[in-house]
Amino acid sequence: MATYDLTDDSVVVIIGSGAGGGTLANELCQKGVPVVLLEAGHRYTIDDFHNNEWEAFGQLSWLDKRTTSGTWRVAHDFAGLPAWICKTVGGSTVHWAGASLRLQAHEFKTRTTYGEMEGANLLDWPLDLAELEPYYARAEDKMGVTRTNGIPGLPGNNNFKVMYEGATRIGYKQVHTGRMAINSRPRDGRGSCLQLGFCFQGCKSGAKWSTLYTEIPKAEATGKLELRPQCQALQIQHGPDGKVTGVLYADKDGQQQVQKARAVAVAGNSIESPRLLLNSATSQYPDGLANSSGQVGRNYMRHTTGSVYAVFDRPVNMYRGTTMAGIIQDEAGHDPSRGFAGGYEMETLSLGLPFMAAFLDPGAWGREFTDAMDHYDHMAGMWIVGEDMPRGENGVTLHATEKDQFGLPVPNVNFDDHHNDEAMRNHAYKQGRAVYEAVGATRVYEVPPYPSTHNLGTCRMSEKARDGVCNKWGQTHDHANLFISDGSQFTTGGAENPTLTIVTLAIRQAEYITDQMGKNAI
Amino acid sequence: MTRKGMNRRQFLQGSALATAAALGSGALAGAARALAAELELSTLDPKTAAGLLVMTRRIYPHDTLADQYYGGVVEALDEAAKADPAVAALLKDGVAGLDLPMEMAFLELSEGNQLKVLTGLAGTPFFQKVRGTAVVALYNNELVWRHFGYEGASFPYGGYLHRGFDDLAWLPQPPEDASPKAE
Repeated sequence: MATYDLTDDSVVVIIGSGAGGGTLANELCQKGVPVVLLEAGHRYTIDDFHNNEWEAFGQLSWLDKRTTSGTWRVAHDFAGLPAWICKTVGGSTVHWAGASLRLQAHEFKTRTTYGEMEGANLLDWPLDLAELEPYYARAEDKMGVTRTNGIPGLPGNNNFKVMYEGATRIGYKQVHTGRMAINSRPRDGRGSCLQLGFCFQGCKSGAKWSTLYTEIPKAEATGKLELRPQCQALQIQHGPDGKVTGVLYADKDGQQQVQKARAVAVAGNSIESPRLLLNSATSQYPDGLANSSGQVGRNYMRHTTGSVYAVFDRPVNMYRGTTMAGIIQDEAGHDPSRGFAGGYEMETLSLGLPFMAAFLDPGAWGREFTDAMDHYDHMAGMWIVGEDMPRGENGVTLHATEKDQFGLPVPNVNFDDHHNDEAMRNHAYKQGRAVYEAVGATRVYEVPPYPSTHNLGTCRMSEKARDGVCNKWGQTHDHANLFISDGSQFTTGGAENPTLTIVTLAIRQAEYITDQMGKNAI
Repeated sequence: MTRKGMNRRQFLQGSALATAAALGSGALAGAARALAAELELSTLDPKTAAGLLVMTRRIYPHDTLADQYYGGVVEALDEAAKADPAVAALLKDGVAGLDLPMEMAFLELSEGNQLKVLTGLAGTPFFQKVRGTAVVALYNNELVWRHFGYEGASFPYGGYLHRGFDDLAWLPQPPEDASPKAE
């Protein structure tokens, strides 16, 4: 592993070590580029993970103070926890479920495809599927996605058996155990899935791809990476020419340091990334860095989600095995005859008993609630994940008075569903119910969205500088050597779990950064 | 949360509470007081503890789950009260307030009237503190998982790969292209 001097301005500083930052770090290091990777969280190993929901939650989650506003139910039930994402080396790739789907062609062109939608800030991506396909292929190979590269699908668990039978009985055709970045057989030095049932808690078998034990050690092996855990970025600094010059951060002892940089890539997930840009305001950039458009923090998307759990006469034991290895894709396309734009996926989902109690109907109590809990082992469950509409007022702003442990304003996350989101969720609840009733569900529970796991769009890509924060390479319109490298680049969200696309964009961005450095353009 | 004194509580549960349950709610109140008095509490007084025990049982009623597990919630509330005097006051005053709406001691009310009182208080910080603590302390107790058929940690046993991840037999096996065999 390399060590770089704080004054070494030849390094690329990457902020955040998850799907975007961890991948970008490895891709750059493989090309010989020196990288300092700042990560706010601790570095754990697989042995440190807990097969226990609350323990793992306490260990891995980003729990720094955040506030919420808007009409979404999360703001009421989990006012300080808008998102369920991670603060740890590996970021949310430690916690993710592994579903790895490509965006569909039309999802890059939503303004064109869906047309003008009142109350939505729709915009076409400045790139298209064809342009990304070679990079998607590389990402799938890197991550070992099942049903690609000759890798077999995962075996279906009990929860999938219920989903499959119900789905096919009501006529769905595209039903299988998914495209998952979870080894169905040993690959890339990692073993195959042991069907632990604790994908969200950090995979103790290492079968699930995470930058923690793939990209980051590979980058370290090049001798080009210095990973600095427990180092939280506070401010990106710039010179009078508008180029960024370094990053102010708090190290593990709370001491403030400045790492000089040739370029900076921000990959702190869609709440912290815009917050960092906003907290970096100076007299030259009073609205924050990369914010000449005023779009930093706006157009926050969290996918239209919800869950459907159903109770059966006979046991299911849905918690056994891979959490999300099951999918129905028949509703994923754009079919306005359903009464909404865009589409949604239905994916198997299970929560352990502790989290089921917390999330089945947050705040509920009494016999109706406990009766549902009494049937926990007779339940099957699915998660709905669909495209939500970007809205200008949905997003991340700096709180006027609340400060974090470093004295910086905390982020507030504001969210209101668009009518399209509500119509899609309503359709998905009905379809999810139909799937389970087709196999004899005695009761069905429509479960509201959890704190957001898919956080997107707050530094979006745009062709024109006035419409967004960065260009199709993730390079900010305002600062040539400042990049956005996480899901906050997404112009629109698509219906698919975003990690594969984040990794794909990072692979492509690494080529661009290397090219620009070679030309001395940055 | 420490689990000291479990044997003692299990003993109590097996005797006093089982008998009390058969006798009806008045006796249950007495048993709740007895169990609450046996909890190893640092901060909460026995009356507050007994009120919280019954309140928690009404909030998350599982008829076949023994009172000792609800006692675990009271212990968690006691920990919170120990850490913060404001919480201690909130709980003490809150339980005292349970006696007011019907002008009768909460513990002596019928189950239906207890529910009525709690429903009237559901939006209060006191109720939310108790409910919010209970939803974690009750359902995160490994000892109650068996009741619900949840098996907890699987890694120490090699996961479910050879322990029933796909043992559901009341539906057909999906075809292999949808669900390949485990390699």
